[in-house]
Amino acid sequence: MTKKILILLFILIPINANALIEVDITRGNLNPLPLAVSPLSIDEESRKGFEKKLKKENIGSEISKIIENNLRTSGLFNPLDKKAFLQAPDIANLKPRFEDWNLIKAQALITGKVNYVDDKLRVEFRLWDVLAAKEMMALAFTTVPNNWRRVGHIISDKVYERLTGEKGYFDTRIIYVSEEGPKTQRIKKLAIMDQDGANNKFLTLGNELVLTPRFNPASQMVTYLSYFKNLPRVYLLDIETGTQEVVGDFPGMTFAPRFSPDGKKIIMSFAKDGKSDIYTMDLENRIVEKITNHPSIDTSPSYSPDGKYITFNSDRSGYQQIYVMKNDGSDVKRISFGNGLYGTPVWSPRGDLIAFTKLHKGKFYIGVMRTDGSGERLLTENYYQEAPSWSPNGRVLIFYRETKTNSKGEGFSAKLWSIDLTGYNERQIKTPTDASDPSWSSLLSN
Amino acid sequence: MRLNKILKNTLLVLTACLVLSACATKKEVATDIQGQMQGDVYTGTDTVEYLADGVPDRVFFATNESILTTASRETLRAQAAWLRKNPNINVVLEGHADERGTREYNLALGERRANAAKDYLMTYGISSDRITVLSYGKERPVDSGSNPLAWSKNRRSVTVKAN
Repeated sequence: MTKKILILLFILIPINANALIEVDITRGNLNPLPLAVSPLSIDEESRKGFEKKLKKENIGSEISKIIENNLRTSGLFNPLDKKAFLQAPDIANLKPRFEDWNLIKAQALITGKVNYVDDKLRVEFRLWDVLAAKEMMALAFTTVPNNWRRVGHIISDKVYERLTGEKGYFDTRIIYVSEEGPKTQRIKKLAIMDQDGANNKFLTLGNELVLTPRFNPASQMVTYLSYFKNLPRVYLLDIETGTQEVVGDFPGMTFAPRFSPDGKKIIMSFAKDGKSDIYTMDLENRIVEKITNHPSIDTSPSYSPDGKYITFNSDRSGYQQIYVMKNDGSDVKRISFGNGLYGTPVWSPRGDLIAFTKLHKGKFYIGVMRTDGSGERLLTENYYQEAPSWSPNGRVLIFYRETKTNSKGEGFSAKLWSIDLTGYNERQIKTPTDASDPSWSSLLSN
Repeated sequence: MRLNKILKNTLLVLTACLVLSACATKKEVATDIQGQMQGDVYTGTDTVEYLADGVPDRVFFATNESILTTASRETLRAQAAWLRKNPNINVVLEGHADERGTREYNLALGERRANAAKDYLMTYGISSDRITVLSYGKERPVDSGSNPLAWSKNRRSVTVKAN
């Protein structure tokens, strides 16, 4: 659906390359950049038009709230309280009074306006460097009004990119497993939502157990495990059309699916006679290839972003550890050598790191290591957590965390959390139900 | 000097007693769960159902293991005897893991446990045509507790009638 909605983007004025503000995202940011998001200005006629169409009283301030929320949750920015603003939203038609913004200690300022033109939503926005009194960027978008939230996300991505030098991750979605009911009879459904938790939608009804949905990095396809008719198999789901199909024709359980970086193959495990090996299936010609051949459990495979390598976990050493091999299954090397068990390796989209789950002395950790296993860094420790998934820019990990039940079996919950690669900015992502197995989409627009 | 020596000896004896009593306490704790666990394998009958009189439906495993214990082999021999007497009954072996492992690895582990049971049934004359293996990983615990006893009940392979 989203793919078909065209977002037109114009650059109003060439970007000023010599701005002063720069946000370093490679370290934990304890002093987020103070910035002001002025509510996008809107004329009365446009306001009424959108109110009728979208049932939102003021779409300009709604969009600015999305931007503020995105920038705040990134942990890199501190959007200032609007009550302190001295200049009104009609600023969009004028030059900002920089001394006023300086006074409230804003270092950057976002201004803009919204118009209702020919049944379309037109948004203009500008990013200002307050201290240098300079414009840093100016863009305009035209899209269908229903896309208003995405406009907020795209503006957030542009601001993030301009100020950090790296692509953003706000115009993205999360697919996950929604969980309800008692632990012994959990009802699980596939669900999808915007990265900020908005537009939550259930994709399956909960009639059968579903697990581990993962996005195709190249399209809006999803692969997941379903127990349809009590046969655990890997499925492919087109979330735009709702059509689904079984992947391959295996005489037993297939599981742990993921796409190749180009989206053309699915890599997964097939379990037979007590051993699990890794297979790929080409989605165009349906050719199945066996990648590992070992009496151990080989599972949770994940490709490197160039597609040349695969990381996976195996208990061939006796316990679950992380390995890397070439994409044809040759040259298998163990890379995890720390204390404890290591699982769910996921290659960063930047290529330099592998995120994992570690179990050591009864605690679960989410961590990262370099692709040769060096530089292990544990980001978060808890009673139970697993299944990290990378933001498309490789700066944030989303995972799920479960709480302990008491002696009466009460108190169990499963929730989605995110944490920066730096180990800072840990946050819960609110979902309407309990949730697990998150997977982050690519940027919807580029 | 002599007194000193006596004192020293007494101390030694005292220390020995302390060590022993510590052992005794530990043993007591172990015995406490022992009715239900040996090592970390569940040996109780809380969750067990019966396919027929004297034929328990499930076997239990140690953490991360799929090795059949002596008790498990006994249970499976009883199941095999019952299946030989009832040649029209087919079974599904449902393999499970506890909640202390990653989801995908546990799916594979459940499959491996159910296959350990399947192999044993086959060596006692049950045709593989009559056995289907189905792993639930950690998705269907019988005990929702977060403690070693609950986990031990959940590490299991359950033989279920398929028809």
